[in-house]
Amino acid sequence: MNGTHLQVRNLSVWYGDRRVLRDVTLDIPDRRITAIIGPSGCGKTTLLKCLNRLLETGEDVRVQGQVLVDGEDIYAPRVEVTHIRRKMGLLSQKPQVLPMSIYENVAYGPRIHGERRRRELDRIVEHYLKVASLWDEVRDRLHGPAASLSIGQQQRLCLARGLAVGPEIILGDEPTSALDPRASQNVEQRLGELKRDYTIILVTHILRQARRIADHVIFLYLGEVIEHGPLKEVFGNPRHDLTRRYVEGEIS
Amino acid sequence: MKSGRMDLRGLEETVMRGLMWLALCLVAGSLLLIVAVIAIRGLPSLSLAMLTQTPRGGYYLGKEGGILNAIVGSLYLGAAATGVALAIGLPVVLYINLYARSSGLTARMVRFSMDVLWGIPSIVYGAFGFIVMTAVGLRASLGAAIVTVSLFELPIMVRAMDEVLRLVPREIGEASASLGATRLETAWRVIVRQAMPGLITATLVAFGRGIGDTAAVLFTAGFTDRIPTSPGQPAATLPLAIFFQLGTPFPEVQGRAYAAAAVLTFLVLGVSLLARFFAGRFARNTVK
Repeated sequence: MNGTHLQVRNLSVWYGDRRVLRDVTLDIPDRRITAIIGPSGCGKTTLLKCLNRLLETGEDVRVQGQVLVDGEDIYAPRVEVTHIRRKMGLLSQKPQVLPMSIYENVAYGPRIHGERRRRELDRIVEHYLKVASLWDEVRDRLHGPAASLSIGQQQRLCLARGLAVGPEIILGDEPTSALDPRASQNVEQRLGELKRDYTIILVTHILRQARRIADHVIFLYLGEVIEHGPLKEVFGNPRHDLTRRYVEGEIS
Repeated sequence: MKSGRMDLRGLEETVMRGLMWLALCLVAGSLLLIVAVIAIRGLPSLSLAMLTQTPRGGYYLGKEGGILNAIVGSLYLGAAATGVALAIGLPVVLYINLYARSSGLTARMVRFSMDVLWGIPSIVYGAFGFIVMTAVGLRASLGAAIVTVSLFELPIMVRAMDEVLRLVPREIGEASASLGATRLETAWRVIVRQAMPGLITATLVAFGRGIGDTAAVLFTAGFTDRIPTSPGQPAATLPLAIFFQLGTPFPEVQGRAYAAAAVLTFLVLGVSLLARFFAGRFARNTVK
């Protein structure tokens, strides 16, 4: 029973009458970067949002099946959702800083989970800003508004903020899509370093990005997992004709 | 042919722009006119005694005294009623925006009933407050007026705040939730902060309407020459002071009515400027 951190079992999702995920079953490998690829509208973001139950905030959404985080089914009734979300950091398409200072953005998570000691908060903020390689750029204006950072800096701030609550998993929903090439590269490098300690799942519509940084690939098409496995197999020797046509750019 | 069409579209642009300018001048002009009339007719009658003294005997006949009782009464009433409306209104708005499903029945019912309440004239609130007041055996007092005016302010405040909260990007809430925050933590520490400048404006709009309203306090506040020291005592307010002074046949007293109007206008203006200053400080951290 040496399951991975994150397992998905027979997961289906409906928006109203429309079924957007069909019977998805996956084991997400620990401490690897797993890329979810597929044409737009295939359910990539839905799958990602299922993993930390952000989906339930939407309306007319029905979820069937299981998502197991460390063996706990997060869609079981009576599950306390905040400690599950705490296990995962989220990077969204457009970096979304909180309406407070740079310092407070990172300290926000630890604060709501009960950390009050000023010195400890200072340490956490500095440590994770360094992990996100943002410290040197903001050390002199920690108490300035986070919204004044460039968009690439904001995304790294979001990374630091997510890591500060001590997650095991990082979820990224096309986290570089709003960034310029250099900022994208910076974020990709950070993710490459972080996979030593974290399980990373990345939605991306950029095949080159998946090739550059992913270890594992999940190919979704119309809500179904067509193929998943190590990068080399999926890209180099696809078993399924649809996968081949997608990675060769025939369908997009 | 082609240039003819372009001429027509250019003309259309010019005419419409002219009309918009006209409307703009009308708005700005009437604002200026109101302020000018109040200032020209009121300022000559305004004296230090008016601001620092309560009415002496025969004040409404043109004798000595001032309207300090009404100034203080209005401030008490406006502040307390706005406070009560805020204490009830903010939880309502947070609930329909963050807890209830935004197109669900609860939210729709609240929005609809607030729209209906908004449309009810303030004299009806006054009459309603009067009936409730007499039913529970209260007399016309500051307390009764606070309750009535806060009810009158509530729909104004709730609808204005609702619009403000609806503009807060969903993703900000999601970002907070993904860190393991509860809805209450998200609402209080993130959403309210992001919306703070707008929430302050909404509160101000309600305050301005409340402090300036006459009909809601006509039967409920009573009227007295004294400054109230507890909610159980009757209170004078500026709108009522204006109303009574304008109703006298003496030009001198009527001049004082305009002076009182100027005081009321500057009071609301002053509070607005003060609140805007604080709103600006909060706006420093808002996203976008």
